[in-house]
Amino acid sequence: MTDNRQVGREMPGRLAENIMHFGRLLRAAGLPVGTGKALDAVQAVTTAGITRRDDFYWTLHAVFVNRRDQRDMFDQAFHVFWRNPAILERMMSLLLPTMRGEEALAEGPALSRRVAEALRPPDLVDATGESVEPDEIALDAAMTWSGDEVLRSKDFEDMSSGETREALSVIRRMHLPLMRTPTRRFQSDPTGRVADMRATLRAALRSGSDFIPLQWRRRRTRHPPLVVLCDISGSMDRYVRMLLHFLHAVTNDRDRVNTFLFGTRLTNVTRHLRHKDVDAALAKVGQAVEDWAGGTRIGHCLHAFNSEWSRRVLGQGAVVLLISDGLDREDGRELGGEMERLHKSCRKLIWLNPLLRYERFEPRSLGVRAILPHVDEFRPVHNLESLADLAQALGSEGPRRPEPMARWREAAA
Amino acid sequence: MVELPQSVDEALALLQKGDYVADRSLATALYLALSLKRPLFVEGEAGVGKTEIAKVLSKTLKRRLVRLQCYEGLDVASAVYEWNYAGQMVEIRLAEAAGETDRQAIEHGIFSERFLIKRPLLQALEPEPSGPPVLLIDEIDRTDEPFEAYLLEVLSDFQITIPEIGTMKAKDPPIVIVTSNRTREVHDALKRRCFYYWVEYPDAERELAILAVKAPHAPAALSAEIVGFVQKLREVDLFKLPGVAETIDWAEALSQLNCMALNPDTINDTLGTLLKYQDDIAKIQGSEASRILGQVKAELTAAGD
Repeated sequence: MTDNRQVGREMPGRLAENIMHFGRLLRAAGLPVGTGKALDAVQAVTTAGITRRDDFYWTLHAVFVNRRDQRDMFDQAFHVFWRNPAILERMMSLLLPTMRGEEALAEGPALSRRVAEALRPPDLVDATGESVEPDEIALDAAMTWSGDEVLRSKDFEDMSSGETREALSVIRRMHLPLMRTPTRRFQSDPTGRVADMRATLRAALRSGSDFIPLQWRRRRTRHPPLVVLCDISGSMDRYVRMLLHFLHAVTNDRDRVNTFLFGTRLTNVTRHLRHKDVDAALAKVGQAVEDWAGGTRIGHCLHAFNSEWSRRVLGQGAVVLLISDGLDREDGRELGGEMERLHKSCRKLIWLNPLLRYERFEPRSLGVRAILPHVDEFRPVHNLESLADLAQALGSEGPRRPEPMARWREAAA
Repeated sequence: MVELPQSVDEALALLQKGDYVADRSLATALYLALSLKRPLFVEGEAGVGKTEIAKVLSKTLKRRLVRLQCYEGLDVASAVYEWNYAGQMVEIRLAEAAGETDRQAIEHGIFSERFLIKRPLLQALEPEPSGPPVLLIDEIDRTDEPFEAYLLEVLSDFQITIPEIGTMKAKDPPIVIVTSNRTREVHDALKRRCFYYWVEYPDAERELAILAVKAPHAPAALSAEIVGFVQKLREVDLFKLPGVAETIDWAEALSQLNCMALNPDTINDTLGTLLKYQDDIAKIQGSEASRILGQVKAELTAAGD
């Protein structure tokens, strides 16, 4: 043990160099590894020693991994980089290990794409990164279900059209005044109702007279988190581009917004949408999502949301926006139960349905009838006006049981 | 003063001494945190023994345990310090009655440590005869981002700034364990200052070892069945999977009921100790429970032969 510590101290160059290279590999694979982390890692390895491979693994793990989902990436990178146990032995006998990345590339499928790309020389990445997908002619599937799961990345350029440009610029400037709810914190306020003792005493000293002027404070208010679940299946295709711009505007307007897209599977696109530039953000979303304009499995996706995400993003009394036409390929099986759970875990559930633009819309489909009993509000979302109305709806707490909802529920029953 | 462990093996032995059955990976992370004097950030599902780590450390190292339970809206007044306002007011009146006119002197008097009420974070920075205390910041995901940001100064430099007095710094930094249930993603800036560890559900072998330590009254055959059943249950698609704490509760409950072996009826009657959501109970109760139990019994017999 002590021998190894001395090794670390005597030859920090070699050891540090390799850990630094490993850190760079992790960074290239998408883990947030800075120079500070690499320094920490060197220090940690020097402390823990490298007598055992598993100790070495967990030492680097404790430093480089910050979130649960980074563990797989770390595991793969570790085994690729420090792959040959002989490397460790050789390092212990003060020899420089060689990078084994090139060999590992040949192994292909088992290796995560990100690790593999990170190991590749940069010019290769560029070449593959820009690989051109063959153009596909999308079937206009509005108002129908598409039966097949279409797993392909859709090019946003194809979705653009001149006449929507003006509408998009309006959306970009849109601002959602989400209602404010009281928190448990206080702020000083002359019209408040609670005495602020700390400020009072300071004021007493300042005035120095015979009386102590009371200072007041009130509860600080804050908007609750907002969670958006947006349907991107084939039947929603014609609204998706507008909605994505809307979601981008909402996400960048404030903190605590989480955005998920779903068709046949659920994708969290919050981080992608955080990019300030709307085109860059949407390009990233386009790469992240694999089920553009395919079928819809609302129940399945809501189940995924409820079990994986709800406890993480609905924790502090979130408002949920569900944007979907409610046309479910699976005829609303398991949808009712999942909607009930979702409704019970949030402050307010608002359903936005573009089909409401049709005046004689009736809740006939099984999906719609499964969702309706579990939403607090049901609104259209098909033009700028409806988005502006939505802003108003979010701005107020609203009646506990709004009148129109009772009517909708009756129609659905 | 009990010495800190000097190697990963010693850290593992320390945890074992405190009746904590740990992985070597946890011992590694803990050893790093202890020897490099940095916080250990422990994340995992509810009931896998995150909080227990701090309690065991405090017990085996014979240090004081300072616990800060986080909640939404946790503020400086309840987490760090507060002024004793009543005492301060009396002091002002006394000073006036005594004819004290130097306002600076009064101010200096009332904003002194005498009137400071110390809350957990400040307590943790104070020197103790038995060595720096163990500071447990429990369920940090329950507080909000502003408090998390406040913790940055405390956790990286182990100092707290009080505007009226100045900066208070710990001579010896406390041993800090931060736990999170991941009901919210904690910011990277905070995690970056800590060593990270994700606590998994234990495998069957380790869970059996935990039961042997934590529920010694349960007969060995029953414990084996319980562990087999719970392990199978964790493969089912449930809203909340049972943690180790639930396994221990269940084992205790069953041994209280003088149960020697699992049977479908006892499972149905006591499922509430294991599963906490009505949907989950409804899904498992009855035929599903019998099916899993059948599998477990078959596997145990096969292993016994």
